[in-house]
Amino acid sequence: MGILNFANPTRFMKLVQLALPWLVGLCAITFAVGLYMSFFRAPEDYQQGNTVRIMFIHVPAAWLAMMCYSVMALSSLGTLVWKHPLADVSAKCAAPIGAAFTFIALVTGSLWGKPMWGTYWVWDARLTSVLILFIMYLGLMVLWRTMEDPIKAGKAAAILTLVGTLNLPIVKFSVDWWNTLHQPASVVRMDGPTIHPDILIPLLVMAAAFTLLFFTLHLMAMQNEILRRRVRSLRLRAASTARPARPSSTIQPAE
Amino acid sequence: MTGWAIPLFQRELRLAVRVGGGAFVGVLFFLAVVSVIPFGVGPDLHLLARIGPAILWIGALLATLLGLDRLFQADRDDGSLDLILMAGRPLELVVLIKCFAHWVATGLPLVASAPVLAIFLNLEPNAMGAVTLTLLVGTPALTLIGAIGASLTVTLRRGGLLLAVLVIPLAIPVLIFGVSAADAAIHDPVPFLTPFLILCALTLITGVIGPIASAAALRFSSN
Repeated sequence: MGILNFANPTRFMKLVQLALPWLVGLCAITFAVGLYMSFFRAPEDYQQGNTVRIMFIHVPAAWLAMMCYSVMALSSLGTLVWKHPLADVSAKCAAPIGAAFTFIALVTGSLWGKPMWGTYWVWDARLTSVLILFIMYLGLMVLWRTMEDPIKAGKAAAILTLVGTLNLPIVKFSVDWWNTLHQPASVVRMDGPTIHPDILIPLLVMAAAFTLLFFTLHLMAMQNEILRRRVRSLRLRAASTARPARPSSTIQPAE
Repeated sequence: MTGWAIPLFQRELRLAVRVGGGAFVGVLFFLAVVSVIPFGVGPDLHLLARIGPAILWIGALLATLLGLDRLFQADRDDGSLDLILMAGRPLELVVLIKCFAHWVATGLPLVASAPVLAIFLNLEPNAMGAVTLTLLVGTPALTLIGAIGASLTVTLRRGGLLLAVLVIPLAIPVLIFGVSAADAAIHDPVPFLTPFLILCALTLITGVIGPIASAAALRFSSN
């Protein structure tokens, strides 16, 4: 089992320290190439002009918003089924990053919507389900913050994440249904039927860059979270040894 | 199973209905929400008739959310939740029975008061019936989804607000199909049965997911 080898946080930290510089470099190069291609190489759209370039930020961010939730769902399975000690660290660290990508997707989408549809916001099925995804990310982050014990908070958040995983397809389906009922033949269409390779290649490069950015940030955040937990357990240990005379004070298990 | 299920149900119901249970506060809140809406949108009866089903559904959703923290909190405070957890009964079934009792105490009064409140909103008799029927089918789903949030926040001292934030995204499909079914009975762009059956399906799905997830959360919160 490859994953179980990294159950030891110390070994994981070593690996992260080895991999991070490479990841950061690769991410920077991909971003440089992707941004150059999408802002200087890719042709303007014959109808949308330069605003079509918003797509190169918007679409990868939206993909990553969904990928991030699947990473969280897999991590939650790891927490509940295999009790992998790093799984809840991974789930906790993915939530703010996912919320940030969702926020970027929403903001760029509405900035793109203003010149194209004439309004910043439409209650379109796709927009609505992304908004609900955003609310779920924020709810999970709040849930993490309300419980002191990271193990307990991890399990509670894992349950909510998995319920959300079941719920998101239902939301998608119901919002599609709701929208077609209220405003049929919507004008909201992203683009033409096919994407020309001139646009598709920069888009894929940008998607790769965003994915690398996600993994870089995720690993960095996991590193910080492991250190934070170590500090916390050291503090608990120090607090419990400071007053040993009281028999009623229970010694907290450190991690 | 019937040996302990029925006494548990009766216990929950008695606790909810008697002094300190707060079963009927939900109905009062429902009345307050519905009567405050016309002050916000204006007294136009045509408009109220058009958005009436939506108002009733949102009012029922808010009233359900308000009462959800009662589901496990009181049992946790007096220690009976720990006894229930240690009793060795299937916790999923216990949660299901508790949800059912909670719904009978708080959800059923909402359903029963919906036709009366529908008069304020100038709904036609068939719309009144449709809204009441959709609420009857849909409010159990709201309680069952809410049980997940209630059990996740049971250890928190002031979890009520967080509970609402966690539950609302999960309750959106129920709201959509509840209002759609009620609207379909009035304007009929689609047959009433299509959204109504999906609403029934959603209630049945939450009847499975809700107790399982909620029981898991309760187990983790205790140890």
